Amino acid sequence: MADDSLEGGKEMNNLNERGHSRRKWLNRVMLVLCGTATAIAMLMLALILGYALIRGISYLNLTILTQAAKPVGETGGGMRNEIFGTLILVVLGSIIALPIGLLAGIYVAEYANPNVAAAIRFTADILAGVPSIVVGVFVYAVMVIPMHSYSAISAGVALAIIMVPIVARTAEESLRLVPSSMREAALALGITRWRAIVGVVIPGAMTGIITGIMLGVARIAGETAPLLFTALGSQFGVQGLLKPIGSLSLLIYHYALSPYPSQQRQAWAGAFLLIILVLGISIIVRWASNRKHI
Amino acid sequence: MSIKQDKHNLTPPTSMQSSRFSGHSGYSDKIFSNLTLFFTIIMVGILVALVFVLSRDAMPAIDKFGFSFFTSTMWNPVKDIYGALPAIYGTILSSLIGLVIAVPISMGAAIFLVELAPQWLAGPASFVIEMLAAIPSVIIGLWGLYVLVPVVRNPIEKWLGHLSGLPFFQGPPFGVGFLSAGLLLAIMIIPIITAVTRDAMKAVPHEQREAMYALGATRWETINKAVLPYCRTGIVGAVILGLGRALGETMAVTMVIGNSYKLTASLFSPGATIASTIASQFGEATAGVYTGSLIELALILFGVTLIVNIIARTLVWRMTALKAAKK
Repeated sequence: MADDSLEGGKEMNNLNERGHSRRKWLNRVMLVLCGTATAIAMLMLALILGYALIRGISYLNLTILTQAAKPVGETGGGMRNEIFGTLILVVLGSIIALPIGLLAGIYVAEYANPNVAAAIRFTADILAGVPSIVVGVFVYAVMVIPMHSYSAISAGVALAIIMVPIVARTAEESLRLVPSSMREAALALGITRWRAIVGVVIPGAMTGIITGIMLGVARIAGETAPLLFTALGSQFGVQGLLKPIGSLSLLIYHYALSPYPSQQRQAWAGAFLLIILVLGISIIVRWASNRKHI
Repeated sequence: MSIKQDKHNLTPPTSMQSSRFSGHSGYSDKIFSNLTLFFTIIMVGILVALVFVLSRDAMPAIDKFGFSFFTSTMWNPVKDIYGALPAIYGTILSSLIGLVIAVPISMGAAIFLVELAPQWLAGPASFVIEMLAAIPSVIIGLWGLYVLVPVVRNPIEKWLGHLSGLPFFQGPPFGVGFLSAGLLLAIMIIPIITAVTRDAMKAVPHEQREAMYALGATRWETINKAVLPYCRTGIVGAVILGLGRALGETMAVTMVIGNSYKLTASLFSPGATIASTIASQFGEATAGVYTGSLIELALILFGVTLIVNIIARTLVWRMTALKAAKK
């Protein structure tokens, strides 16, 4: 700590001493406050995770994992269909989002001139900042109304719109980290530019690209707002892509607001499963991208 | 093709027509670059389509109410009259509560992570705070509804109501309402404000700190007078970025705000935000003016977050550009 002041004359000593101790005191108070702020932020995660995991696991059992939902009042019943629903929606969203996001990332990193690249990057950032409920309303207007039905596929599109900018930005950033000497070396061998990109540049950026994809997956797995008016939720299980479908996040929302304790308990169990899925992916991503730097 | 180039073509795995330069490349190259361009246009097109479709579908409401949509407090599906003022007010109020709580905590945490924490602690602590951002909004809402709201109702609102005569701390303690929504928003925007502020502070050159220490400044004085002013732009950008998140946040807020459509000064009162109104009413809206009004709400929310995000991105970019220039 650098907390010593300049030495003064004898008559100044007294004054200095007082100013000095006041400054030292302020220093200590502010530093402690900063530490406290960090502790509060970390405590929030511990509280939310703690409640969701401890409550969730106490309500979790094999029935919940393997059975379909039953009407209120009947014992048993689970969320098998919603677990499937979440997986189906995540796969659908990824299938739609990956080509758009990856190729847009490649275009910005490899082909676009700097001004165009900056403009597209900006667009992607803006798209990423669009509230997810607005995306839900948009997809409702362009897909659900014309198709006259809520559907899994419209929910997949909504999730894809949320995932595209995440994948595009991370893909572009990791492609640009590949040294241009590698591109030049590949082109010097006489292969075409696209083969250089696909065969040399993309493999070099693979860790970053996969990190981005996983981040996108973690993000859309927990999304609820864009599903409200697209997937809707379903009591009849998975009936195909053109019919409404349930998801863990929708189940948590509906059951959390339910007056029945049995459904509230299922909401906590669902939260446990969703947290394991989402945080599991996030932690793996973090671990993998840390390893890359070492 | 010249003979010279044919020689080069002996080695590559497939005998494609090849060239070093994109200027005169083969068909496959054209196809690939156009393919990437095509998908880029799709991405940009999504944003354009979003603006177009929302404007088009909001027309019934825009035609009927015009500007009075922004000033009317009425939301009456029976008479088919709608106004956005309570939702706009609720959105701003809950976001401001969130910012007032989140900004000091995020600043403190960022300062701790950059300036104070030893290396072994800074990494894991950053990680923990970032994980907070990964928790799905609906789970934060569930936690808020069953854990936070009871605490807000009993000690917090009772206590605040007794101790202060302030008008916004009056009224019966419901638990669900603006205060709970603001608290959840604070939790949800702390990670982003902390992370962006932390990166901005890291961009401050070390000379800046050393010069201050050399003058005999304490550590806090160094942070306060040399580090924070230097990265002001980045910090303001971080806060505005957090604001953008808070304005559009839907699930957690919908679950704890009570969805009561009225204007009130009390923070304890149930209310509504733009996002929560859409989330709770869109499903039951009949076509026409009702749906049009909800879509106009979505359009307003989109417009506001767009402006807020553009400002934030510009500020944060200026800060990182500064860093790049210094290097």
